[in-house]
Amino acid sequence: MNAALEIAARDLRRMFAGPLAWSALALMQLVLGLFFFLTFLWDFGHKQALLVGAKSSFGITAYVAAPLFKTTALLMMLLLPVLSMRTLAEERRNGTMALLLSSPVSMSAIVIGKYLSLLAFMALMTLMVSLMPLALALGGTIDFGLLASAMLGLFLSLATFSAAGVYASSLTNQPGAAAVATLAILLSLWFAHTSSTGVEGSAAHVLQWLSLTRHIDALMRGVFSSVDVVYFLILITTFLVFAVRRLDALRLGE
Amino acid sequence: MSDEPLVQVSGLHKRYGAAHAVRGLSLTLQRGQILGLLGANGAGKTTTMAMLAGVLAPTSGSIVIAGHDLAKHPLAAKASLGYLPEAAPLYPELSVDEFLRHCAILRGVPRARVNAAVARSKSRCALTDTGQRLLGNLSKGYRQRVGIAQAIVHEPDLVILDEPTSGLDPAQLREIRSLIRELGAQHAVVISTHLLPEAQHVCDQVQIIHQGQLALSAPMDALPGAQDEYRVRLRDISNQEVPIAALQTLDMVANARAGQAPANEHRRAAPAADVLLVRLAQSDDCDQVLSAFSRECARRDWTLLELVALRPSLEDLFMATAYSADSDSDSGSHNDSHSDAMAPAATPPGLPAAQTSEAMQNGGTPRPTQKTATMPDNDA
Repeated sequence: MNAALEIAARDLRRMFAGPLAWSALALMQLVLGLFFFLTFLWDFGHKQALLVGAKSSFGITAYVAAPLFKTTALLMMLLLPVLSMRTLAEERRNGTMALLLSSPVSMSAIVIGKYLSLLAFMALMTLMVSLMPLALALGGTIDFGLLASAMLGLFLSLATFSAAGVYASSLTNQPGAAAVATLAILLSLWFAHTSSTGVEGSAAHVLQWLSLTRHIDALMRGVFSSVDVVYFLILITTFLVFAVRRLDALRLGE
Repeated sequence: MSDEPLVQVSGLHKRYGAAHAVRGLSLTLQRGQILGLLGANGAGKTTTMAMLAGVLAPTSGSIVIAGHDLAKHPLAAKASLGYLPEAAPLYPELSVDEFLRHCAILRGVPRARVNAAVARSKSRCALTDTGQRLLGNLSKGYRQRVGIAQAIVHEPDLVILDEPTSGLDPAQLREIRSLIRELGAQHAVVISTHLLPEAQHVCDQVQIIHQGQLALSAPMDALPGAQDEYRVRLRDISNQEVPIAALQTLDMVANARAGQAPANEHRRAAPAADVLLVRLAQSDDCDQVLSAFSRECARRDWTLLELVALRPSLEDLFMATAYSADSDSDSGSHNDSHSDAMAPAATPPGLPAAQTSEAMQNGGTPRPTQKTATMPDNDA
């Protein structure tokens, strides 16, 4: 565990030594800030009276925070592959994998270390995005329960993306190829439910259950169900176990 | 524990699909020994080193390091080794200090002692002033030194260096060589190289690998061809009736035969027949025998133009092993026919040097042996 933490710390240091992590955070903050401003000021501003008149329980948190977080998840689906692609692929390409493999560190510690470094970055991203709806508390009342559930939903999806990214990065020693593979995995998960149309019976159920969107949506609505949390945990574990197996296979030589 | 070898490798095999990279390699290494793995490019050196370091898993065979089986207790075994791959494994974004600290922690150096360990390995590799520099900005020589520093930062019993001197300039070469010799005093060291002078400078023990197999294993000082042989050039002996027979009668000459001028020396071409290879009588006092020899030459009116001690050349040895194995092994089939081919070359370390030398030369050196010396067409 010590080794995993050390690897994670080293990767974070390396990530922030370059411009990639900073520019990713800045870009996301800019785009989401714009998005937040527009939905809040324009959309919600116009419809506020309507909602009040209809005595709707649909408050500002649901109206502003949920779409903001879902957009974050969507954008990160496109951005994360670039952040995660280097984790294992680059170690292999630069020959630094030998450094890890010749050290008294287990395969799972390597994978977990890599994963933790991404996870820390994702936690930072979640916090920074959450600052925007939290700022609304300065001038109004917000539903903290709903906000917490949406934050959890965002963080869990980003955590799942990261696990997929680490696995895809173990598949190849070309970071670019790893990024494409990550995007392919994430898109298929994201849109799994749309492919369930036209499929009958249990296959449709499996596809719908696999879909990221459904589980994210539930959390974004403030519906905290352990099934959704378990879904994310299962996906994360699967990807990480695959990555460990993949590294073991690589050590045996292709 | 002390008389037990530090490293014990037996029956090491590595297959990539149908290709055998390493076939049945065995070796043992004691503490304080420097072992050189020699071989042509593609002979299986790097694969062997990677397997020793636990980076590659062998197809079959066992590796035991400091009493721990690398396959069964990888973490314990890896804690006692340090490995420098062919290209130094550096993270360009980190500084030398950050990197070495990271490596020390990964190798399980207690946090309290990390700084001391880093400082120590830096001073050993002459990196004391470069702690703040980024690895990405370092020159090749410095990168290589950092590579060695990370391999020794946790004071491992075994240090594995894969071509540690490749791409260095002569000054750096000398530094790294003396560093390796220093390391040999406290750790067991395995280095691989295809530069033979390298091994001659540094190693106690050499193993030559050819096509994934051990072709020769011998301690450095018992290497075949380690006798005192001299290249002698006499003026115009081809016109006289002096040569070999007369030389052979001298007391101080054990053996004489026709030789060749070294191919790489482009001086005024001497008639080939002027060059002789002379082996002087064994003696504790080399100089005494040499001076006796030159006096004898002068007395007989032979003008001595050149008297060069031929160092035991690994190059000859290397070519001989490679050549003898190549001449009859078809690389496509991997049956056991190779064992016959290797027989003259694969000499157990204990064998007397003279016997081995004979075997080597019969095995295919271009140099004529004593018998062929009577047939001058061989080197005309």
